[in-house]
Amino acid sequence: MEMMKLSLGPLQYFWPREHTLAFYREAADWPVDIIYLGETVCSKRRELGTRDWIVLAAELARSGKQVVLSSLALIEAESELGVLQRLVDHGDCWIEANDLSAVQLCRERGVPFVAGPTLNVYNHHALAMLMEDGLRRWVPGVEQGHVLLRELREAMRAEQCEMPELEVIAFGRLPLAFSARCFTARALDVAKDQCGFRCIDYPDGMPLATREGRPFLRINGIQIQGEEITDLGPELPQLRELGVDVLRLYPQAEGMAEMVAHYHLARRSPVAPPRIGARNGYWHGEPGMRAPETT
Amino acid sequence: MRVQLIHVNAGTGNDRHDAPRTPSFEVLMQLVCPAGNLPALQAAIDAGADAVYAGFRDQTNARAFPGLNFSDDELRDGIAYAHQRGRQVYLALNTYPDSARLPQWYAAVDKAAEFGCDAIIAAEMAVLDYATRTHPALKRHLSVQGSATTAPALRYAHERFGISRAVLPRVLSIQQVERLCEGSPVPLEVFAFGSLCIMVEGRCQLSSYVTGASPNRHGVCSPASFVRWEEHDDGRRSVRLNQVLMDRFEPREPAGYPTVCKGRFEVGGEIFHALEEPTSLNTLELLPRLAQAGVAALKIEGRQRGVAYVGSVTRTWRDALDRYRASPQDWSAQPRWQSALSKHAEGHQTTLGPYHRSWH
Repeated sequence: MEMMKLSLGPLQYFWPREHTLAFYREAADWPVDIIYLGETVCSKRRELGTRDWIVLAAELARSGKQVVLSSLALIEAESELGVLQRLVDHGDCWIEANDLSAVQLCRERGVPFVAGPTLNVYNHHALAMLMEDGLRRWVPGVEQGHVLLRELREAMRAEQCEMPELEVIAFGRLPLAFSARCFTARALDVAKDQCGFRCIDYPDGMPLATREGRPFLRINGIQIQGEEITDLGPELPQLRELGVDVLRLYPQAEGMAEMVAHYHLARRSPVAPPRIGARNGYWHGEPGMRAPETT
Repeated sequence: MRVQLIHVNAGTGNDRHDAPRTPSFEVLMQLVCPAGNLPALQAAIDAGADAVYAGFRDQTNARAFPGLNFSDDELRDGIAYAHQRGRQVYLALNTYPDSARLPQWYAAVDKAAEFGCDAIIAAEMAVLDYATRTHPALKRHLSVQGSATTAPALRYAHERFGISRAVLPRVLSIQQVERLCEGSPVPLEVFAFGSLCIMVEGRCQLSSYVTGASPNRHGVCSPASFVRWEEHDDGRRSVRLNQVLMDRFEPREPAGYPTVCKGRFEVGGEIFHALEEPTSLNTLELLPRLAQAGVAALKIEGRQRGVAYVGSVTRTWRDALDRYRASPQDWSAQPRWQSALSKHAEGHQTTLGPYHRSWH
């Protein structure tokens, strides 16, 4: 059986320019097959501009990685559409389409794309339509577990549609919601228009706890993530059996090299690794977070 | 009696480009009101709604709450009631079926066509595609759950599914709405009043993260079956969603419904509404700008609300719209309208929400 590929999902946080460049210089030597680059959360984050990401994409491609340029999950301004248009026009890379605007621009230009986790594909018919539009790989949304994927795969087979590559979020904090509002700015009591790019001070997001001190969510600009760093390592045999092609690992500020090494070892082993992060309830058809009594 | 001046903006994409851009006596934004059940539908129609939107009593729509929505017979009766008065009924089919459940959504589309609904409001590609192929004469509106915020996204839905209208997510500023009206291939509907989802609709997993019950898949957000209120000896109350503490309230402090986005949490050592206060969207003062931008329809949120809410909010907006039509130059948001609307707002507070930059 073919070995599952490893991908580095797009960096969800805002890191200083040198920190980001150093991270990807290291990643060039990691055993990952695919690297997603670009800003998916907030267009005001410009430590790396569009041109920088494209230059970085070319460098990483030279070191043998497949590079995919990721688009914003929420596009509101004309300037944000302009950036998307530049990514699509670049032409050398597939695009991770995180909203319908990106799908449409890829479709109009004939650029292959990956359907990102915020695109809302829940059934085989939607997937087949997007394949007509140029979809090559699909990252299911965070709330979709193994039952839904199995049923979808069977429905594709029944309709004699070939599955695209299937990429599942294996490691990282799950992106749960996006807003027009910046929650980091709100927490710091500054206006979004004068935010001072303060999310750069929170390289793993800003922790949000319940009033009884239970860690609950992470604030990351306009994005809300689950607090728990999910880990599907122990489920790898099931993922393999389901035909998952790519395991997505979301960058965290610390320990990413070790995490990649852990998954690299695990993907070559018939034995499932121990769990080193949190169980992802969604995968099992349950609430995404752990129930309080099991913490 | 009120003159019916609707539908000039409500037809195909081509209509609206022929329509005047400035306010006129011929063109008026349509008022689209919520109908959680037959009495609410009748109340909305009686109070002057140009159209109502409703759902079946199952997970095919995003307000799949117990005791709400329509049986087949009730929907037929509701459509008859509306059509006799020259008004329209839209059917919300705006959740995301997985492969195994698609037939149920397709059957709901068939019923919408058979019963004579004036349009379906849908978000999911398979549902829209089925409607396009099977019932091409049944109009298709892209739901707010479809998360289309740009001209290319709207182009996609227009080219792929021939939508004749799109409902915009509640994330855009008034300037962005105005620009989108210029670049959209189809007429646009925007939210005017009601509970405010602060997350991009169709892409919020906060409820499912905590409870497993998903707005997209099950048509519910933070359902009541997961809510537990606890009374403490000192008179304070706590509220939990699937055991996760959403908020605590002092003895006489008003308490709202515990959706995750409106809870109080601790961030950086402070406890506050980290995501949003309990408040409602109210765009009344923007009415002239929305009309001048060419917005085709104003939507009132609240299929889960009762007859009193629907009647009063509809009547207020009807009056405001009629006054605007009669005399656009002299129009201003009247205090009695604002006070009527505030009574029905969450926490009796209203906001311009994302329409105004300061909210962000």
